[in-house]
Amino acid sequence: MAAASGLPAKIRLQIVSAERSLVDELVDEVEIPGWDGYFGVWPGHTPLLAALSVGTLSYRQGPERRLLVLAFGFAEVQPDRVTILAQIAERPEEIDFERARAARTRAEERIATPTADIDVERARIAMLKALVRLQAAERARMRS
Amino acid sequence: MPSLIDLRRRIRAVKNTQQITKAMKMVAASKLRRAQERMMGARPFAQQMQRVLANVASRVDPSAHPLLAVRQGGPGSRTLVVVVTADKGLCGSFNTNIIKAAATLVAESAQPCTLGLVGRKGRDFFARRGFDVLFEQVGLFQALKHADAQAIAAEATDAFISGRVDRVVLVYNEFKSVISQRLVVDQLLPISRAEVDERSAGPDAGRTDYLYEPSPQEIFNQLLPRFIEGQVYRALLESHASFFAAQMTAMDTATKNSAEMIAGLTLYMNKVRQAAITREIIEVVSGAQAL
Repeated sequence: MAAASGLPAKIRLQIVSAERSLVDELVDEVEIPGWDGYFGVWPGHTPLLAALSVGTLSYRQGPERRLLVLAFGFAEVQPDRVTILAQIAERPEEIDFERARAARTRAEERIATPTADIDVERARIAMLKALVRLQAAERARMRS
Repeated sequence: MPSLIDLRRRIRAVKNTQQITKAMKMVAASKLRRAQERMMGARPFAQQMQRVLANVASRVDPSAHPLLAVRQGGPGSRTLVVVVTADKGLCGSFNTNIIKAAATLVAESAQPCTLGLVGRKGRDFFARRGFDVLFEQVGLFQALKHADAQAIAAEATDAFISGRVDRVVLVYNEFKSVISQRLVVDQLLPISRAEVDERSAGPDAGRTDYLYEPSPQEIFNQLLPRFIEGQVYRALLESHASFFAAQMTAMDTATKNSAEMIAGLTLYMNKVRQAAITREIIEVVSGAQAL
């Protein structure tokens, strides 16, 4: 798509979780962990309603790129607006590294030795969440 | 007539009580502010959620989803009443009102009811009287999380989908203002069609044609449970804020009452003191006259 004159220059990104509103800013680009994989959103995107998976959302403001950890919820995309309704949303600097690591170990054990009273699907999701958190925390740490 | 020492002791006791109620009022006030902030923080999510729900509902045949199914109550049909009380007392009629309303609801219901109890006060009341209790959640208000609401929503949804109950209602105190709470009885399940339809008929509906990822049906399936959780979470936050508001008001009244009591007692004590002095003078004077 060429830079048509009708295209908005920026996207208004709003991220709300059930507990609070995290982000309300004008950004240049967003990358969203959708149900069927990551997708990028630039200004002028077609209206889209997507379910979210577990993953990191990143958005760019000029040269600056920021991360957020998301788990489940919905994304509503409009040409000049992106609204994220996340079930869980965390900033990397808020992540408790030790807790995430413990959660990963626990989930690994559960998946490795499944017994009747363990929900493997739940353990898998827990594992995914822990991994994403660890990754994001790691990246944030490296940068600072 | 009580002696001076007794009166002084009483005044001191009332003063101590007053200090406690005053402190509790301040604590409640500061906690209320936090609870209110959280309530506000949860609002944008609820609003966006409704918008998205409306958007999707207009594109999906809603009767396809089990959470919308209205079942006609047969002989075995039951209602689940989720009662949200507080864990603590000293908050005026906050808990009593809820418990009374819930008990009336159960007594007047045409179908047998089972209860879901949130908060220690409600649990203590209903469990002791042998009501049929499906689940209970105690002590979650100390650190209220969205996961708590999810747990409650999951219990209710399970019971509904498995057919153990045909209707779920939520009874809680809504935060109206600091001085007043409103008792609310909300139907949680089945999700009322009016709600879905009305929203889908809103001004926003059908204006933008979206791409869906995955299908609208799939998004709808995910959206409805989230919607239930959202409603439960909101009810919990409202109740939480209302509790502190009620406690603050109750403690304020208590402080005022004790101030009144202290004034009365002090006046009485002074009268007694004066009477004692007068009596002593009379004794001295009459003693002098007798000489």
